[in-house]
Amino acid sequence: MVDLESEHIKTPDNSRFGFLPVPGSSKGKAEKRLIFREVLFRRTLSLSAIVIIVLLICMFLTLVVSSMPSIKALGLKFIYGQTWDPVSDVFGALPFLVGTLITSALAIAISTPFALAIGLFLGEFYSKNWFSSFIQNAVELLAGIPSVIFGFWGIFILVPIVRSIEMKIGVLPYGVGILTASLVLSIMIIPFSASLIRLVITMVPVNLKEAAYALGATRFEVIRYIIIPYIRSGLTAGVLLALGRALGETMAVTMLIGNTQVIPKSIFQTGDTMASVIANQFTEATGKIYFSALIETGLLLFVITTIINIIGINIIKRFES
Amino acid sequence: MKDPLRFRETRNTAFRIIVIFFTLVSIIPLIAVLVYIFRQGISVINWHFLTSLPKPVGEIGGGILNAIIGSTIIIVLATLIAVPLGVTAGIYFSENSRNKGNRSARSGVNIVSYFRELRKSWVYRAAHLGVDVLQGVPSIVIGILIYLWLVKPFGRFSALSGSVALAFMMLPSIIKSTEETLKLVPHAVKEAALALGVPYYKTILRVIIPAGMSGILNGILLGIARVSGETAPLLFTAFGNPFFSFSIFKPIASLPLIIFNYAISPYEDWHKLAWGASFILVSTVLILNILTKLVLKKWKVQY
Repeated sequence: MVDLESEHIKTPDNSRFGFLPVPGSSKGKAEKRLIFREVLFRRTLSLSAIVIIVLLICMFLTLVVSSMPSIKALGLKFIYGQTWDPVSDVFGALPFLVGTLITSALAIAISTPFALAIGLFLGEFYSKNWFSSFIQNAVELLAGIPSVIFGFWGIFILVPIVRSIEMKIGVLPYGVGILTASLVLSIMIIPFSASLIRLVITMVPVNLKEAAYALGATRFEVIRYIIIPYIRSGLTAGVLLALGRALGETMAVTMLIGNTQVIPKSIFQTGDTMASVIANQFTEATGKIYFSALIETGLLLFVITTIINIIGINIIKRFES
Repeated sequence: MKDPLRFRETRNTAFRIIVIFFTLVSIIPLIAVLVYIFRQGISVINWHFLTSLPKPVGEIGGGILNAIIGSTIIIVLATLIAVPLGVTAGIYFSENSRNKGNRSARSGVNIVSYFRELRKSWVYRAAHLGVDVLQGVPSIVIGILIYLWLVKPFGRFSALSGSVALAFMMLPSIIKSTEETLKLVPHAVKEAALALGVPYYKTILRVIIPAGMSGILNGILLGIARVSGETAPLLFTAFGNPFFSFSIFKPIASLPLIIFNYAISPYEDWHKLAWGASFILVSTVLILNILTKLVLKKWKVQY
């Protein structure tokens, strides 16, 4: 074994710093240590990726295993059953499925025109001036406000407004309910879908737009006949991803939907979503089947949002390339 | 239709006005929320509020010091858990995306890029999909999972389990921004380092990462901003605690939880506490957002 220091003096090229073999010398200690470190580093990187995969698989398996008791006891009845009765161990999640679907769909319907307007405003009309950067910052701030605070604000501001509307049109004035929850939800998802829509709008090739302008098209016509057709798939993806957000949103909805386990007949009635029923009942759930029925609700929510997200992300990726 | 040109121009103007109107209308809730919170919150904030424990119903006063401390402990711990894994995974993704050097070649030929995509290892693709999935997992589901993993086996709610739940929610943003920034560092820089004989791991740790530091910091700050208001994952993990607690193995109070619990209570005093807590939480998130912007501006990756 050659002394490290003298070897360094003799061959001051690669033996200590590089990966290249030094001509005429066998693998020294330093080189071995270097190779060990290289391998360790690469392994650590790969390991972190594997950890992520394993975590995701464990998540899914944990949910499936923990909801087994209720899957065995209730079967498919869990999905189409309409009664949720912890006392007699009957759990049908249809009211929550319907509630989740209605609130999310309504929130998407309300928020999409606004998100599209912001996207057009920032991506096409005024992409660079002080006012659009103000709007941009404001939208980003909106995205940063926590869900629980929207719920709190909704209780004190939105609920009285909705209640007075309900008084005017002559339905039972609960104040809380599907409509209120959807309104807050739509405010919360506007920033998200607006930024996605803006992203796809800025990706429309400039030469297409310029060709249309050169033919004498107005801005409206460029948007109507060039931009909108071009970004159609991107828009779909934006709506899907926003839907995925809305489905899983918990706190604000829990605080505003009224939490009743029946299928809502109108948007002015109270209801419940999958996320809110978990938030409300999970810590109080006694009984094996009750507990695992709530986990099964979570599993359902996990599967639905994951599928929607993957579809949305793939559409966006295809749009980008 | 007397004058088609006139009609088209009117339609154009009308559309522009509609877009501006909708944009302005959607800003209104933001301003309304902010103004309302600041007006309600600022009257509650005083020294006593910041330095004492919440009082039982009926007693005037009380503060939220335990929640502020609790939130800080949970978030610091969550960051410590999420950053190492997130940054290494981000490096992995940026190092293994093979079609890095030749972006220009990719844009033209679709089939080539398709095969290049196929050539990536299954670990890369599965982990990438995993990050996308993780980003979309509802926070309440993460709460359930951590409950099943860390609360039920040990038989008690704990600050640590809350931190792990929040760490899960931070991961995607840290990974994504690390990956995206490191991809921006040009190949030539890396090649220069390797050509000088610097080992691969030192190239990454001493050359590539310092170059992309701003993006990594930005991702971490964004992640913290994102989770500092999260309530749902803490409901079944950190649980809340009306007293001081500094142990990570015991239930702990946190700002979002205190807001939730006090907001849905029927007591006027507790609503006041919740408004004060909301004010502090919103200010923290806003400051974090501004900090993120400053970080990006100051140390932008410039090549």
